[in-house]
Amino acid sequence: MRDQAPLTQAAPASARKATRRRRGFLRTYLTPKQAIPREARLTLGIGSFIVILLLWTLGSGLIDNPLFLPSPARVVTAWIGMVQHQHFLGDVGWSTFRIVAGFLIAAAMAVPLGLLMGSFEVVRAFFQPPINAIRYMPASAFIPLLILLQGLGEDEKLTVIWIGVFFQLVLMVMDIAHRVPSEMLNVAYTLGASRWTVFYKVFLPATFPEVVDALRITMGWAWTYLIVAELVAAERGIGSFILISERFLRADRIIAAILTIGLLGLITDAIFAVIHRSAFPYVEKVHA
Amino acid sequence: MSEIRFVDVAMRFKTRRGEVRALERISLTVPDGQFACLVGPSGCGKSTLLSVAAGLITPTEGDVLVDGKPAHTPGADRGMVFQSYSLYPWLSVRRNIEFGLEIKRTPRGERNRQSSELIHLMKLDGFAEAFPKALSGGMKQRVAIARALANDPQVLLMDEPFGALDALTRQIMQELLTDLWQRYRKTVLFVTHDIDEAIFLGDVIYVMTTRPGKIRTTLTVDIPRPRSFDTLKTEHFNELRNQVVGVIHEESMKAVESELARA
Repeated sequence: MRDQAPLTQAAPASARKATRRRRGFLRTYLTPKQAIPREARLTLGIGSFIVILLLWTLGSGLIDNPLFLPSPARVVTAWIGMVQHQHFLGDVGWSTFRIVAGFLIAAAMAVPLGLLMGSFEVVRAFFQPPINAIRYMPASAFIPLLILLQGLGEDEKLTVIWIGVFFQLVLMVMDIAHRVPSEMLNVAYTLGASRWTVFYKVFLPATFPEVVDALRITMGWAWTYLIVAELVAAERGIGSFILISERFLRADRIIAAILTIGLLGLITDAIFAVIHRSAFPYVEKVHA
Repeated sequence: MSEIRFVDVAMRFKTRRGEVRALERISLTVPDGQFACLVGPSGCGKSTLLSVAAGLITPTEGDVLVDGKPAHTPGADRGMVFQSYSLYPWLSVRRNIEFGLEIKRTPRGERNRQSSELIHLMKLDGFAEAFPKALSGGMKQRVAIARALANDPQVLLMDEPFGALDALTRQIMQELLTDLWQRYRKTVLFVTHDIDEAIFLGDVIYVMTTRPGKIRTTLTVDIPRPRSFDTLKTEHFNELRNQVVGVIHEESMKAVESELARA
């Protein structure tokens, strides 16, 4: 990074100019794991979006058929129209409600069970084998069965999300709990703590930051399962909006809806990031 | 008066490749207020012996007695300091130090008074409200020692506490620890593989054999206290050092040979 700093400091002022070598372009930008200037990082980040937009515009111009690839401008117009005339925000609201409700139910069950599995061999030995097996069964494959069992209502949507989130999250939380260093617990014992005190004063707080990270990751997956469930059968929601748009051959609306989901994902991610930063200011940052 | 006594402590582990004898019939007594060091080649079971003393693991045979009472479970009478610091990252320096007092339900004012004193003594002034992530390795270990001392244990067990520190910091920490011991006169059992450290700190050095661990030699360190950096330069220090080095070297060679024989 600034490996030359000590050298320049040691050199007398007159010699400083001579010793400060200008590093070449390749050396600055193509050294593995080397940080690049902040401005360059920002430019590249924004640039990638510009490139995507350019390619998209170019592609839509070449294909010249809004049915297959509408231009970015057309998608924006479609989005405004959807909000104004199609009650699209109502669909967004329904999807968000389902996500939040399904996710909360799954998390409320997965986190305690995962913590118990990670700390008690007895609980782990009992629950882990079936959960490991179910984890590999895609939640979307359950949808037809759930429709038979629960019909087309909200229960079915929530169950799909629950299946998609619960089994993954349980195992992630279990790993987190399992990784709590035993020395951390042992210190508490030698300070006179009882097992219960060790559990709630040391073990639980030690897992919190990573549990929130796990929630953040699984929240992203919840969106995938919900949209699939809504695509299969729903009267409301972003997924059903996409399906109806397909019937009317409105690729612009489909793209606008997909982008909306992406935006909602970004917003939830940002919320989790804010929670993490304010609740766990003591966590050492791995990335700068 | 608080002595710790090991009576015929033996430890055997069952593994897939058979039984491993980690400790064999160890008997020793650390009398009240003594600073005892355990040194030995790596893998000789010195840390295991310390965990037995802490009550964290149960010996296969024998007993550990603190003031004549058996110590089968961990307790506040035996404070422990680990090499890995094991601070609680979500607590400030002050609350880490007060952890044991909080468990004991010591009133807030008294807690504060004690932690403030230790923070000053451990040269942590200005860091009371900092989280451990802001501290250097040496500072983290000072917090860990303060946390153990705040609890006022009868015996202090230290498992290679300075093993992860760089040589310069380690020297500073050793000086700080002798000063502290001078002040508190705790009974200390200190595990290390650093011979200089053992001589500098200890009243008595127990040299352990390679696995299965036994006490091979007991050496009294008759260097006068208080000790300081200059102690390291004396002729007598060197003599003691050569004695211990000779024994440890022999044991380390045995350890290497038995590893080769097993391979």
